[in-house]
This record gives sequence, structure tokens and C-alpha cells, in this order.
Amino acid sequence: MNVVVCVKQIPDPADPGALDPTTKTLKRDGKLILDESDSYGVEMALQLVTTAGGGEVTLVSMAPNGEVSGLRTALAMGAAKAILVSDDALAGSDALTTAKVLAKAIQRVEGADLVLTATESSDGYTGTVPEQIAGLLDLPSVTFAKSISVEGSTIKIQRQTEAGYDDVECPLPALVSVTAGVVEPRYPSFKGIMAAKSKPVDTLTVADLGLDASQVGWAGAGQQIVSITEAPAREAGEVFEDDGTAAEKIVAFLDDLKVL
Amino acid sequence: MALSKIWVLAEATDGKVTTSTLELLTKARSLADTVEAIYSGGDADAVAGQLGEYGASKVYTTGDLAGALPGVPVSGAIAALVDGGNAPDAIIAATSYYGRDIAGRLSVKLDRTVITNNTDIEVDGSSLVTTEPVFGGTTDVKTTFTAAGPHLVLVRPKSFVAESTGGSAAAVETIAVPDGGKSAGAKVVTRHVEEREGPSLDEAAVVVSGGRGLGEQEKYALIEELAKLLNAAPGASRAIVDAGWVPYSYQVGQTGKVVKPTVYIAAGISGATQHMVGMKGSKNIIAINKDAEAPIFAVSDLGIVGDVHKVLPQLIEALKAR
Repeated sequence: MNVVVCVKQIPDPADPGALDPTTKTLKRDGKLILDESDSYGVEMALQLVTTAGGGEVTLVSMAPNGEVSGLRTALAMGAAKAILVSDDALAGSDALTTAKVLAKAIQRVEGADLVLTATESSDGYTGTVPEQIAGLLDLPSVTFAKSISVEGSTIKIQRQTEAGYDDVECPLPALVSVTAGVVEPRYPSFKGIMAAKSKPVDTLTVADLGLDASQVGWAGAGQQIVSITEAPAREAGEVFEDDGTAAEKIVAFLDDLKVL
Repeated sequence: MALSKIWVLAEATDGKVTTSTLELLTKARSLADTVEAIYSGGDADAVAGQLGEYGASKVYTTGDLAGALPGVPVSGAIAALVDGGNAPDAIIAATSYYGRDIAGRLSVKLDRTVITNNTDIEVDGSSLVTTEPVFGGTTDVKTTFTAAGPHLVLVRPKSFVAESTGGSAAAVETIAVPDGGKSAGAKVVTRHVEEREGPSLDEAAVVVSGGRGLGEQEKYALIEELAKLLNAAPGASRAIVDAGWVPYSYQVGQTGKVVKPTVYIAAGISGATQHMVGMKGSKNIIAINKDAEAPIFAVSDLGIVGDVHKVLPQLIEALKAR
């Protein structure tokens, strides 16, 4: 079974995010890491390939600056190879353009049975890219999977819903977006990290995919940021070190609000 | 200047239109002369009254989807309606599973961008300006559409207050669902509803949520007991939902429920961006966390730097004693 996993390399969420005042996009000039939400898809893909007894996991990613450190993390987990679309022209791409670029890159992977994505990225979180890729590739799709198994040419999924979950069946090839609960991602082993250094990363430009620079980035975006302002801050109230009277303080607070 | 027409993707559970749909209808009324709804349940006649009451003059329905996931069939039906020369200026939906799936597919069919996670929409000439809070709500980003409509907008629940107009029932018109071919292959085999007790997260005046700081799954019982005493809804951070301690329906945050109760109690929750987005709009916030540096204290009205394993039992005893 061959699985493609869409992964995003993002600024470390431990560092506070910032918007570039000129371009009005998220600053991505520092080192990028593998979006933690994508590690679940990578792990799920590796487990499905192992269960199937053959095949490989291919990563597909897009980044404006040629960054590969996040991809190396996923390769160290066990993915076989990666396609990175990297081009200055991509800066400012909206979600639909991102999906178009990723869909073109996925089409270059031969014999893919399944495309996995996270439900949303941890930095932009539009949450629409998975369905957009499925639409562009004319694939059936199941979003918000919390459990996946494959039986023959059918994929069986427990799909999270507002009220609980649905058992869903879907013929392969298909696209599935996975939640963080779907599997526990492994940590890359030392051997895996060493092996990842020599795994192939195919770096492509927008032109390599047959797209024109005017179709992507700022030029191709159907949206434009008009302003960035600080939101009215919520005032922090009193903070106490618990000295054994915390329960009393909370009860008094609730009493004042008349919710007891 | 108002737009001429907006479509709202309507959602309903057991014949009752969701609050987020009513919020969107209310907002749409202030932006456009005509508001119509798109619906995909088998009970359009039953919900037409509520949709009309909140401002929809018409509801287009695909009828029951017979177990198909909504993305492909509903986006196909909407695209056909648009191609038929009946295009609205904008199509808006809630940032829900339903709204996201349909908007993603529709965005490809119409070749239009979709702007997500918004908390406000304004009209600007023939376009719209949307507001999206980023970085855990510390920064507001306003975005406009540069291409022609229909503009696709996803809005976070609880961004607007639903107000009835007392209007009459929406006219029901059935629309065709084009054959989705192989892209329509996913089918729901069985639905599982996880029952929960007490008031719902959406409507409770008090919400008590627990996080990683509880240490282990068994300790979530403290949250449930406290919630019961306060007639509150129990909630959770994403971390403990992902860990499998409680079902997803308990999750408060970016990918879970947005809540705005009178009182929100966060116990053992540090306040990741993901969580803050879902509860920052609460009128009063009480936080209990052992780390004095936890971001949750920056938004709390009453912060207790302490051990939830001590404070919660004491609080439960104090409430029982009243």
C-alpha cells in the first residue's frame, strides 16, 4: 500500500507568532519544524504500510524558502521520500492555491492508494485544504478520522462528529484527514535520524508543476489582508497563591455572580 | 450599502435548527436584502418555520443524503444552483464539520477562495470584509475578497447573537444533487451518539473544564462532580480528549466547542491558543493551575496558583456544605 502524507513545516509554536508588517503574512524566516498535527498522519501511514506488508510512505509539502528540517523529522520516523514544492512565488498563497499546488505534487506520486492530511495546520488552521485537495483530485474523502483500518480496497474509518462518531466506509483511492487522537506518533530513533539524511527529497518549483507564477502566491490569491490590529485585551484579574483558602475565594466569587 | 443576496448553510439536529445557523441568519439579514438557506436533511418542511422566523425567505433542500457525507453532494447541488444563474453575493456557513467539508469542496467547484474562522463580516461595496482573530485572539486580521463572488465565508459559532424577526416559514424548494461519481464514495454505515448528562456546553451558564493538570483520567471525576454541584456542563482541553480521557464532544477550543458562559472554570489547563480561542469570550473566568506562568492567568478574573488535586476536593466539600 502506498500512502502520501501532506505535511507542513511551521515556525516553532513555542516561539510567539508574528505577522510581517509589510507583507502581512506569518513570519517564516526562522527554522521551521514539522507541524505536530502532521506527525499523526505520518505515523498512521507507516502503520498502514506495515500492516499491508508492502509499499511506502511519500511526504508532500510546500514551503516558500526551501526549508527541509521538518521533512527530515518525518523521514526519520520512517517515510521513504519527500516532494517539496519550494518557490519564492508561493509566498502569500491562500488555502485554495495551496491545495492546487499540493494536488499537482501528489499527482506525481505513482500508485498512491491513500492521501492522509491533518484536519488543519497549527499555524494557519483554515481547515479547508484537505477537502480542496480531494475535490481537485476527484477523490472521495473522509474528514476527522479518529480510527482507520484498511480491508482490501475499502478503508474503514471512525469519523468524529459533534455528537459522537460515525462508522464510515470508503473505496480506495481516497483522501482522509486524521485527528490527533488517531495514533500515538513514534519518536525518530537515532538510526532513523541517520537514515533520513540520505533519503531523497525532490525539490520542485511552481513551473515544474506546470503552474504559472501568476496563479499562485499573492498574484493568485482571491483574498487580501486589509488590516491587522491588536484585539481589545482582556484584563487579567487577581491571581492568588493557594494558601488553603482557594475554595473559599472561589465560593465567594461565585456567590457575587449569583450562580450558586 | 447592502448586498442583494446571501445563502446560509443551515444545520439542524433532530428537527431543531442549530444556534449557530440562527446566528448566521441574523447576521446575514443585516448584510443583504434577501437571505436564503441551503439544507440537506430529510425534514426541510419541519425546519422551514424556524429558518423563516430568523430571516430566510426560502430554503433550498437536497433532501436526505442517505448516508453520504455532505461535502460532495451539497457542494454539487449548490454549484449547480450557482451555474443556473441564481448566484448569491456570498455563501456563509459555520466553522463546523459540516460547514468546513462543504465549503472546501465548493471552493474547488466555484474556483473561489474561502475565508475561515471569522468572527465578523462587514459589507464593503460589492465585497465583504471579514475579521479573523489570530494568535489566540490577541490580534484581529481583516481580509477582503479580490475576485468576483460568490464569496465563501466560514464563521465561528457564537460570533453573533441570534434574534428572531417573527417572519413566516421559509418557502421550501427541492434542488437536484448531481451525480458525484467516484468522489461520492464515502458512506456512513452506523452513527454513534455519545450520551452526556446535564446541560449542554453550548447553553450552560457555568462550564467546568479539566486539562492535563488533572494528571490521570480517573481524576476527571472531580470535574464531573463539581459540574453537577454547579449545574454546569463539563468540558475539556484538547490534550485530554486526544489522550482519550473524555469524548470529543467535551472539547472546548478551536477544534471543539466555542463557549461563552457566565462563569468558566479551567482546572489544570495551561491555556494553549487552541483552548483560549474557545473560551475567552466567557463573562467570568476562574483558573486553577500550579504553574504561575500559565497563559490562562492572563485572561482569568480569579486565578489560583495551586494544586487542582487539593483545590477541587476542597471546593466540592465547600459547595456540598451549603
